[in-house]
Amino acid sequence: MPGPKASDPASTYRMMVRMRLAEDHLVAAWADGLVPGEYHSGIGEEAINAGVVMHLTPGDTVALDHRSTGPMIARGVDPLSLMLEVMGSEEGMNRGRAGHMHLMDPELRMAADGIVGSSGPLAVGNAIALRQLEEGQVAIAFHGEAAMNQGMLMEAYNMAVAWQLPVVFVCKDNRWSITTYSASVTGGNLVDRARSFGLAVETVRGTRHSDVYAAAGKLIRRARAGKGPGLLYATCHRPGGHFEGDPLLRLTNNPITEIGTLANDIRRGLKAPRGSRADVTQGLRELTLRGGRAARDRARGAMRDPVRRFRKQVAHAQAAAIETAEAETMGTAMRTAREMVGIRPVFGKQGGAG
Amino acid sequence: MTSMRYGEAVDFALGEAMADDSTVVTWGEDVQLIHYELLSRFGPTRVLDTPISEAAFVYAGVGAAMVGLRPVVEVMLVDFLTAAWCPVVNAASKFHDFSGGRWTIPLVIRARVGGWYADGGQHSQALWGMLASLPSTTVVCPSTPDDAAGLMLSAVQDDGFVVFLEHKLLSERFLDYLGGDSRNTVDFQDVVPAGGAIGDVPVPVEAVPFGSGRIRREGEDLALISVGVGVHRCMEAAAELAAEGVEATVLDLRSVAPLDREMIVEVAKRCGRVVAVDEDYLRGGLTGEIGAILLEEGVECSYDRVAVETTIPLAPNLEHDALPNSSRIVAASRSLLER
Repeated sequence: MPGPKASDPASTYRMMVRMRLAEDHLVAAWADGLVPGEYHSGIGEEAINAGVVMHLTPGDTVALDHRSTGPMIARGVDPLSLMLEVMGSEEGMNRGRAGHMHLMDPELRMAADGIVGSSGPLAVGNAIALRQLEEGQVAIAFHGEAAMNQGMLMEAYNMAVAWQLPVVFVCKDNRWSITTYSASVTGGNLVDRARSFGLAVETVRGTRHSDVYAAAGKLIRRARAGKGPGLLYATCHRPGGHFEGDPLLRLTNNPITEIGTLANDIRRGLKAPRGSRADVTQGLRELTLRGGRAARDRARGAMRDPVRRFRKQVAHAQAAAIETAEAETMGTAMRTAREMVGIRPVFGKQGGAG
Repeated sequence: MTSMRYGEAVDFALGEAMADDSTVVTWGEDVQLIHYELLSRFGPTRVLDTPISEAAFVYAGVGAAMVGLRPVVEVMLVDFLTAAWCPVVNAASKFHDFSGGRWTIPLVIRARVGGWYADGGQHSQALWGMLASLPSTTVVCPSTPDDAAGLMLSAVQDDGFVVFLEHKLLSERFLDYLGGDSRNTVDFQDVVPAGGAIGDVPVPVEAVPFGSGRIRREGEDLALISVGVGVHRCMEAAAELAAEGVEATVLDLRSVAPLDREMIVEVAKRCGRVVAVDEDYLRGGLTGEIGAILLEEGVECSYDRVAVETTIPLAPNLEHDALPNSSRIVAASRSLLER
């Protein structure tokens, strides 16, 4: 399912709804103990994913980061086989070996890697091969803004420009490096940084699909024509935090109980002999600031929902029909997946599929 | 003695070391949040969040150690430390030797290791075998809170390069960071070894010497040798074997480098049967090293090993099969007893 050539509102909305529903179901499955390990949802990235994926043709490659569910669903991976994989079933698309951080689809040429920044050099390699073997195809790398501090990604930018490769990097800036506020560990301006490598850079608000679609189209067409690599810089929100159960969001959701726990430990730190008072004040300031920023960004994320925003582009009756149909498809997939996986209250000894 | 959880014990020892010596600092990904207690005690200059730039912030640890600091550089998972393999292999473990012994590089790398909580093959590795292959490198992986505190204290006080590996399954702090109480639908109680997750820690913390093993259980029929959570799996296997009338010794190596050769030889000679158990990969690692020591020392004993031979799968049942679970250890033990 490569998607329509122009951003037809109904198809776009359908794609975004499918991504959101898949995420909602997986987030619920995680909470029910059916998703092993972590789960990094891509809720809030739907407009970016759709805006990029809709330009792709069969043969284009996509290197994904730890938020890989959305692009996989958007490009047409069977939801049941993806859900089973994320839930650690041997019936899943990667036979239960991968989980959400390592989803692999060789037919679609899409691969996720949980190592921050690795999508860049992988896409550079994809692009070298495409240029030599399948001219006119493009390699995409999805990554976050925090990955732009990772050496291998900056090295990949340089190689892409030096070799004028058909690659487009898609930076989804959600302001957070795991649970550290990105600005507090980032020098300079990321857009300037990307430009200084010689990349063609487009900047958009990632909550606005039509802007993403137009900017991504420009960069992808350019790359296909052999005119060099680009970077799409899109801002977005992650209302679900870094991963499900994000400690900062727990703090925001349940301040009374969580602060109680924190306060005990902090009080112990304060009372411990041989600490310096100035340091203590500064330390507490940092923690308060971080909690405050997390709460603020969570509120913003809830306000600026890309799926809800795009819904206005589609007639109400049509949007409702899409929602009903996709809810049925995704609901059936998740119901089936849950039945196939069975109840697994404990990981390890009694865990496993079926 | 104070009862502490494993992760708490590590931070307690580090906190005491930081209080004793203002040159001890720590940096790494999200350390201010994960170790907010240290942050509130020592402030953001000495407890520093880094960008996701492993190669640079680990290399920077070497640079800082060259000019008078004693950095404890934290890498969230040892799997991510491979993004900083160069400073580990080519600098931290080398500069003291390059200087002809003139330059001390008191660097600690603190990284989390291990699986059993189903997080997939890129977030569950042990990799201590690769680290222990490097000359001039100390690699430790404690299996109880008192050893965790004691080995962290030794690591910070040591003038050399030490890799301190904290097992995630035992570290309540990290399991909680990963989502913890936000879902009560997952219960790690059956996989988390109680004896490793919580225990008494001497206060003040007593340093644990490197390269010194600890007998966790006495028995004359065979010796189970391991490190980290593998030790607890050996204890489970030993309990199962005891029900069949077989008594096993369990040796907790505590350090992967240096190894406690004397104790390995002693238990092997005494029991005549050795099963080496490792949560790291089978090839080129700890289990082969134990076998080599037994041959070098001319110990007459039978030997088998249980370790990881595949990419660790995400699926909990497959992960369990891939790791050195107690059934695999019991099976290997029986095969030696039947020889």
